[in-house]
Amino acid sequence: MKLGVLFSGGKDSVYACKRAMETDTVVCLITIVSENPDSYMFHTPNVRRADLIAEAMGLPLLTWPTEGEEEIELRDLKDAIAVAKERYGIEGVVTGAIESVYQAVRVQRICRELDLWCFNPLWQIDQVEYLKLLVSEVFEVIITGVFAYPLDESWVGARIDDGLIRKLEALQRMYKINPSGEGGELETFVLDGPIFRKRIEILGAEKTYENYRGRLTIEEARLVDK
Amino acid sequence: MILIVDLCRKPASLSRYEFVDPIAGIVRRAGSEYEIVHFSELTDEVIERSDRVILCGTALKDDLYARRIDLFTWIEDLNKPLLGICAGMQVVAAVFGGEIVPQPKIGLDEIEIIKETPLLGPPREIEGYHLHNFGVTLPPGFDLVAGREGQIEAFKHAERPIYGIIFHPEVRKRWIVEWFVNLG
Repeated sequence: MKLGVLFSGGKDSVYACKRAMETDTVVCLITIVSENPDSYMFHTPNVRRADLIAEAMGLPLLTWPTEGEEEIELRDLKDAIAVAKERYGIEGVVTGAIESVYQAVRVQRICRELDLWCFNPLWQIDQVEYLKLLVSEVFEVIITGVFAYPLDESWVGARIDDGLIRKLEALQRMYKINPSGEGGELETFVLDGPIFRKRIEILGAEKTYENYRGRLTIEEARLVDK
Repeated sequence: MILIVDLCRKPASLSRYEFVDPIAGIVRRAGSEYEIVHFSELTDEVIERSDRVILCGTALKDDLYARRIDLFTWIEDLNKPLLGICAGMQVVAAVFGGEIVPQPKIGLDEIEIIKETPLLGPPREIEGYHLHNFGVTLPPGFDLVAGREGQIEAFKHAERPIYGIIFHPEVRKRWIVEWFVNLG
């Protein structure tokens, strides 16, 4: 089946894409660029760099803008998926949703209206087991946003590895943090992985942090042969 | 051993991660052994060696199972606990003489439990996640457990521990699968 993946460049959409590539044919990535940094639907930090990941993975990227107002962004998402259906012949849509009923329901409804299949291959996955899968399958994932207590500045730009997963497990027990950031605690960006033909090297980035809210904004990056 | 039946359109499909693996995860964490088998690959041996059976759901557009009810006639004589979830409930209904009817629903909604059962407990309201294009009519010999005629949320065979629920317990209602695993 020809599929389009809703794509942010974060770990969830990249790993969902990997699973889709193993069973079906991914023909395009679809990125919604929201002007609203607090969008409920769309990952925002560094989403403008999704084009670099798409190029690294050798897949075409359909970029669609939205102002990010709550219901208008859903109309924009539907328009983007309809264009992907027309342009790339997609028969289904893949998302990286794990727990968010809010996101899943809205994408399911849009797919039904457009007569498309909808797949959520990370749905209800155990979050710690999932992070361990990312590390064992050699995805290079960095944290590009933190938005919750007690995540301090040291988390911004950190790589997800076994040690960091252990810290997240401890924070899950103590503070009910969702280890994979499903509650909006963390945002990520993927630099490399088994489905990447080239890896991404960051040449310049700006780090900001205040009151348990921090961001790593990638300013300059390039593709490097593996 | 719990037999988890994959009702998706083909074995090892992308939908399996969404509709089968979450159920298997709940069963595993509840301490039970399980075996996942696609409905097209079931054998008498695997059904016989299981203690109980779960029929999982499918993607919204996936209705192949409904066109292959002939592969599920073994349920008629099953004498062990069975839980049909969404598509699985539709299969149970069809096998026992009910109908699969268009009845689309997506999202969280209130569910009124009207009859006490070991699976869902006493009458009360709970919230459940729905993702289906089809619902069912009540088959002969079954009791309505939750919902109402025209929107059946749960049913149970009047004499045997065969249950169907149209909503997805893997979303915020994992206790239902845990209770099923531990049914006496």
